[in-house]
Amino acid sequence: MLDSRIPPGDLSSKWSDFKSKVPLVSPANKQNLDIIIIGTGLAGASAASSLAEMGYNVKAFCFQDSPRRAHSIAAQGGINAAKNYQNDGDSVYRLFYDTIKGGDYRSREANVHRLAEVSTNIIDQCVAQGVPFAREYGGTLDNRSFGGVQVSRTFYARGQTGQQLLLGAYSALSRQISKGSVQMYNRHEMLDVVMIDGVARGIIARNLLTGQYERHFGHAVVLATGGYGNVFYLSTNAMGSNVTAAWKAYKKGAMFGNPCFTQIHPTCIPVSGDYQSKLTLMSESLRNDGRIWVPIKKGDTRDPKDIPEDERDYYLERRYPAFGNLVPRDIASRAAKERCDEGYGVGSTKMAVYLDFKDAISSMGEDTVRSRYGNLFQMYNKITGDDPYHTPMRIYPAVHYTMGGLWVDYNLMTSVPGLYSIGESNFSDHGANRLGASALMQGLADGYFVLPYTIGEFLSKDIRTERISTDDEHFVKAEKKARKRNETLLEIKGTKSVESLHRELGKIMWDNCGMSRNEKDLKKALVQIKNLKNSFWSDVFVPGSDNELNTELEKAGRVADFIELGELMIYDALDRNESCGGHFREEYQTEEGEAFRDDENYTFVSAWEFKGKDKEPKLHKEDLDYKEVTPTQRSYK
Amino acid sequence: MENFSIKLKVWRQKNNKSQGKFVDYDIDDLNEHMSFLEMLDVLNERLISSREEPIAFEHDCREGICGSCSMVINGKPHGPLKGTTTCQLHMYHFNDGDNITIEPWRAKSFPVIKDLVVDRTPFDRIIQSGGYISVNTGSAPDGNAIPISQEDALYAFDAAACIGCGACVAACKNASASLFVSAKISQLASLPQGQPERDKRVVAMVDQMEAEGFGHCTNTGACEAECPKEISQEYIRKMNWEYHRANIKG
Repeated sequence: MLDSRIPPGDLSSKWSDFKSKVPLVSPANKQNLDIIIIGTGLAGASAASSLAEMGYNVKAFCFQDSPRRAHSIAAQGGINAAKNYQNDGDSVYRLFYDTIKGGDYRSREANVHRLAEVSTNIIDQCVAQGVPFAREYGGTLDNRSFGGVQVSRTFYARGQTGQQLLLGAYSALSRQISKGSVQMYNRHEMLDVVMIDGVARGIIARNLLTGQYERHFGHAVVLATGGYGNVFYLSTNAMGSNVTAAWKAYKKGAMFGNPCFTQIHPTCIPVSGDYQSKLTLMSESLRNDGRIWVPIKKGDTRDPKDIPEDERDYYLERRYPAFGNLVPRDIASRAAKERCDEGYGVGSTKMAVYLDFKDAISSMGEDTVRSRYGNLFQMYNKITGDDPYHTPMRIYPAVHYTMGGLWVDYNLMTSVPGLYSIGESNFSDHGANRLGASALMQGLADGYFVLPYTIGEFLSKDIRTERISTDDEHFVKAEKKARKRNETLLEIKGTKSVESLHRELGKIMWDNCGMSRNEKDLKKALVQIKNLKNSFWSDVFVPGSDNELNTELEKAGRVADFIELGELMIYDALDRNESCGGHFREEYQTEEGEAFRDDENYTFVSAWEFKGKDKEPKLHKEDLDYKEVTPTQRSYK
Repeated sequence: MENFSIKLKVWRQKNNKSQGKFVDYDIDDLNEHMSFLEMLDVLNERLISSREEPIAFEHDCREGICGSCSMVINGKPHGPLKGTTTCQLHMYHFNDGDNITIEPWRAKSFPVIKDLVVDRTPFDRIIQSGGYISVNTGSAPDGNAIPISQEDALYAFDAAACIGCGACVAACKNASASLFVSAKISQLASLPQGQPERDKRVVAMVDQMEAEGFGHCTNTGACEAECPKEISQEYIRKMNWEYHRANIKG
């Protein structure tokens, strides 16, 4: 049932062979083919502009007031590419290898190799668009190094790389909108995929300003809808980031891959109270010079400056002398949790650790530290009111990225014909853990350089399919269902706000399916989620009506989907009896408390099939066949 | 500081056809670590629990980069703190008992949609009129084939930092969009990649800006003062220069 459709041949020639052999669609036929794209982040905007340039008719949708506001914009650090401009021995193979290893050997070799291959084209494309990357004095592009690798391959634009790349893609998209080859629908939310004869043929969308339901036909539908980190309520995602489009696809037969693989970023500003609405990331680069510690004494409430050196526990340096403060994200996050759970946490909530620049400032001077991290220190100061030049930062891990997502084959097509998923919304390239600066790379790779080729394989067989009228019964039925659901939400008129139910869901997920998981808690959480689902559908209160801008109604629909997703994540976490990457099962650890991976039994992708309301989902396994690299246990000691 | 209270005056407007008005809300039990938007979340939760309509406002990333949030706080777009968006403004900048007035962006070209939400699509249309470099996917030369001096790269970057929030328009007594438009024009005009379309671009974008009904720039500098990304009005000078240059070349 699961056919990954990986092309035959050597790993390094698969993609070029595929490109030479994939059937083409003639320009005359492209004009008659409609493609719907949901989401205008890096993946969506780059796909929409590239497909429109090729001659397809594109309809693009975003829920924000402008395509420029998609959450890709918030990415700080950078974008990887195997350019080897620094002459430090980088290559496509090394980027491929680092990504596979960083993903803890749970991703597909062929996909990751292709990603590494096209990474270099991305930089060229972005430079040509006018993206102002950082430069050397001589005018060439500058690079920096990033966690977990030994080369400098990260291109960046100060701490605003995501913004600059997105604005580049947005400008390309704007150009196509002005030419009329992309029709842009701002403030529209996709509420269902319309299936006709087993193929995705369109969507139902709601105009968020008027509440009107719209039917849109497409020969193919592409979801570029980002990750689902907001299932945890608190995350570094934008407030509007949601799983709804992907979830509707899942319910229409698209399998969901590795839903329990979520990335917890170690350096975020900690939660300060119940009113907290979101978490802010502090770039990973801070760990280059900052030292992480907690007091040796439990419940030590002294000012950090008054705690002498010998009463501090630099626990990462103690546990991982080889990598120290620079261990990968998953390891740094778990170590912080371990200290706080044991009662060594600091700050008013005791759920924080110190990230201290005292030694960096005394060895290289405050000016050097300012030139490296000035903007980050300023951001920290704005949010907390503390001055990190004089008192250590308080940080704690937070949900940041989801490696899991819709299962796709090599062509980025889901298990539903004609339905594609690109960027963070698919599961494809990062295995069980994503390396820093690789999310931007994947989003743009999928949109600019992969999908425009691979979609031809499906569309070339579809050139005789006439546009289907949206009066077709399948459209009518799907619209009725979407409308009915919102009516139901408005009619419940219970006592609980959407926000409070979302917060409850987040707590269940964070406590039981967060940084570490165990069978007992996961089973308990499964019951709690079922109760929460009942409570939601009997007691939620959604004010206002369906025919106006109603942000509470939008949120209600999204939270209802998050609750169901939460359940699926727990099934997945329960099934995977091993620890790998971001998935740490307490039962499966080494004597020293490190993750214990089980390659013999779990070298596969978990792809979950929806079997109906209140029925257990069905697990399908895609075996991962490592031909090029040999999985080894990661060690950072 | 915990448990402090403030008095809010918030612009409420059902939709773009109805008349709006200020409504007073007293809120207490605030914590100084809350962000300004979290304070509004708390208020909205209370409104919802008393079966009232929550206040509609735009927000998304809450990290100061998406440009969604848009409110005038005590007469200043994004509030009192320099170089800061509303979402990054925290309550410790206010005092117990403060009166705070919250309004939407006020500009003819940004009509109110509901409460504090306005329509900023004119900005999208201005970019669509020419705020890009015409390069199709796959046709780019090697990234290092075009060296760009660090100085030019920084000049372009400082302009490119614009988040398209519209505070410049809200701050300007003429509701001019010059800072927004000039930032994009200057970014692309200062880079070698932007040269082929340089003249066409500036004329098209300036014309579109005028067609959208934004006012003229009279150099008051309010835009730069209120810009959360502190974009310099020097770019407006550059835009004017570019515009005249293009017209003289004809």
